[in-house]
Amino acid sequence: MKVVLEHLTKIFPSRDKDQGSEVVAVNDFDLEIPDGKLIGLLGPSGCGKSTTLFMISGLQAPTSGKIYFGEDDVTSLAPENRGIGLVFQNYALYPHMTVQQNILFPLQNLKGEQRLSKEEMLQRANEVAKLVQIDKLMNRKPSELSGGQQQRVAIARALVKMPRVLLLDEPLSNLDARLRLQTREEIRRIQRDTQITTIFVTHDQEEAMSISDFIVVMKLGVIMQTGKPQWVYDDPANLFVAKFLGTPPINVFTGKIENEMLYIGEEAVLEVKGIEDQEVYIGVRPEGFILEAEGKLTCAVTGVDVMGRDVSVVSTNPASLNPVVRSIISSDEMGNIGTEVKFSLKEHKVFIFNKETEERVYFGKQVAAHEEMVERMKAEGHTIREHNGPLPREADDKVQESRPVEEKKGFFAKLKGLFSKGKKKAPAEETPAETAEAPVEETPVEEAQAPAETAEAPKETASTSDAEAPSEQAAEAPGNTESEAKE
Amino acid sequence: MSKTKEKPKNNLRAWLYLTPAIVILLVFTVWPIINTIRIAFLCRWDSNLAAVVGYDYQTAMNPNIHYQFGFNNFVNVLSAGNSFLTALGNTMLLTVLTVPISTMLALLIAVALNSIKPLKKVFQTIFFLPYVTNAIAIGMVFAAMFSMVRRTPTTDPTSVGIINNLFGLFGGSPVNWMDRGSSYWANIAVLVIYIVWNALPFKILVLLGGLQSVNKQYYDAAKVDGASRWRIFWRITVPMLSPMIAYVVITGFIGGFKEYTSVVGIFGDDMGPYGKPGRLDTMVGFIYNSIPHNQGKASAAALILFVIIFAVTMINLYVSKKKVHY
Repeated sequence: MKVVLEHLTKIFPSRDKDQGSEVVAVNDFDLEIPDGKLIGLLGPSGCGKSTTLFMISGLQAPTSGKIYFGEDDVTSLAPENRGIGLVFQNYALYPHMTVQQNILFPLQNLKGEQRLSKEEMLQRANEVAKLVQIDKLMNRKPSELSGGQQQRVAIARALVKMPRVLLLDEPLSNLDARLRLQTREEIRRIQRDTQITTIFVTHDQEEAMSISDFIVVMKLGVIMQTGKPQWVYDDPANLFVAKFLGTPPINVFTGKIENEMLYIGEEAVLEVKGIEDQEVYIGVRPEGFILEAEGKLTCAVTGVDVMGRDVSVVSTNPASLNPVVRSIISSDEMGNIGTEVKFSLKEHKVFIFNKETEERVYFGKQVAAHEEMVERMKAEGHTIREHNGPLPREADDKVQESRPVEEKKGFFAKLKGLFSKGKKKAPAEETPAETAEAPVEETPVEEAQAPAETAEAPKETASTSDAEAPSEQAAEAPGNTESEAKE
Repeated sequence: MSKTKEKPKNNLRAWLYLTPAIVILLVFTVWPIINTIRIAFLCRWDSNLAAVVGYDYQTAMNPNIHYQFGFNNFVNVLSAGNSFLTALGNTMLLTVLTVPISTMLALLIAVALNSIKPLKKVFQTIFFLPYVTNAIAIGMVFAAMFSMVRRTPTTDPTSVGIINNLFGLFGGSPVNWMDRGSSYWANIAVLVIYIVWNALPFKILVLLGGLQSVNKQYYDAAKVDGASRWRIFWRITVPMLSPMIAYVVITGFIGGFKEYTSVVGIFGDDMGPYGKPGRLDTMVGFIYNSIPHNQGKASAAALILFVIIFAVTMINLYVSKKKVHY
């Protein structure tokens, strides 16, 4: 069933009458979701993705706009009449009913012609239980199930009415790392088997990229970009999308374009023909660096993380907005690394964004590549949405020029600061201590993320059970490094 | 890690802090309970009366009189005949009538309160008022509301009660709820209305608290699953509230068996309408009336009441274990 969202807008009235304006949770959401696909709504918390999902489900009424399932306008239909299945973030299984009763509940509510006999109900429940592989757990209560099993029961309950559209709200957020990998494959399989148009919401870009046919990246209620996950990753429309997708995250630098040359800091790194002079942000994917003696970008090395096939070079650059520049180099190409490295940049991994609007500035071959991508997506029947022009911003939502260590201080820290001003040497002692702390905290986390990503690559072809082993290692990794660090 | 294993060193100080509470509990709760049990089993042969009599404070002062252990007080209670059976019957009847009615009403009101936003606090306050009002005062107001005749036997009956006035407005004839010549069931009706009304606030409070802690997502899920309001109430709300409902029912039964103030408040300590004293006596009323002349009998009756309450509570717990979802 094709789902069409036309100029969908949801405005929540402000709670205080005197102060605070109304909240625009979803702003002019306009999208056509093709039949039988798995769509990921992706964005940071508070971007309106769940609100969009609940409007599609009918639990929340849009302030304006229309929702069509196929040709039917369902905007004003009650949830139970829309033919949807909804899986809640915490599953919302009825705790006092057994698995079977939970699955039967939607069927028992059917009225009139749709009403089924008891045998038919049981048969349908058993079929769907088999599909999600919980047919042996039918007499358990939800509290006797593991998180993954509860998740399946929730999906079974959503599927048993044979919905036209299946909606999943953060389906994996309550599962542990290992189960998450397994379950997302499961969701993919169930979706393929049933061919039901499925929309799921997540804040985890990795999750969305790995199983979606199509992702919708949102920020503050506005669609930032839509497209196939790989395309969105390779061709982000603006700085927000570029930063939101990818682990390790994209490296962002400040720079400028002058006389058709792209500068990172003061170093001219690429030739950009036909682009006007302007202040820009430059995003470089970690895999976009080439170690070369004659490279244009100079960075000070702070560490090298060896991950077997690849090596992650951690370095710093004065123009970098991230605390460290993280580049992934094939271990074959890595020679001796001293205290300083020089990088050349792969042109298709470098994204330029206007500093004012944070809008993408296409240059060189990227212009043609982008046009080709748009053509191909259109040919496949996708609607293309790219956010151009100024991005929606919250009051405190700025590109962080540096680590805002000082700003993050709490009330007590400020008080402490006031006191320490009286003492002479105190402030001087404090600052180096804080800056020294930051990278120490950073490294184990990112280390843990990196192997997780590499573990995924073979998994796409391998069966789920095979995928468990590497993911388990990945899940254990942070624990190990932490305990080692303590010892 | 070592901190949790450390033995608390300030044991003595802790006991010291607890002492005032323990002393008060010992003197005013534990000792009376023990004493009640003791007294219930004490009796003696009174040669003047030529009968076995129970314990009473005045004769107990006399050092020459010795009590013996025996079941005579219980025999006394059970052979008190009609007065005991009346009290037991009234108590049972009131409990069986008021607990289900008040629980269901409280559940409906709680659900209604939970689903409105404006004036919620106002209604909550109104429903909570009986809880903070003196039972005797409420009883007197009820007596005035339900009365039909002035309580002087010489004058002609004149209808004064607001309830009978309301009946009159709708064309009904006034009912003699509780005055001289009123029927037993009219009396019981007044009592039931009073007790239910009086029991509502606490139950509403507990159930409303329970309702507010139910995750709203279950209702969203039920809505998506296409359940009607009625089914949502029976299949979601009631099971989710079952621990609170069980609590309210159990405490309701216990309170019901201790019913006394409602009767006194409305009918006075005659425990019945004019001309029929003792008709509406309850177990606690029976105990109180026995105290002045025979503490042994009162204690025995109290023990019997305790056993009944204990048994009923056990049955309640047994049933709720099967029905309540935790």
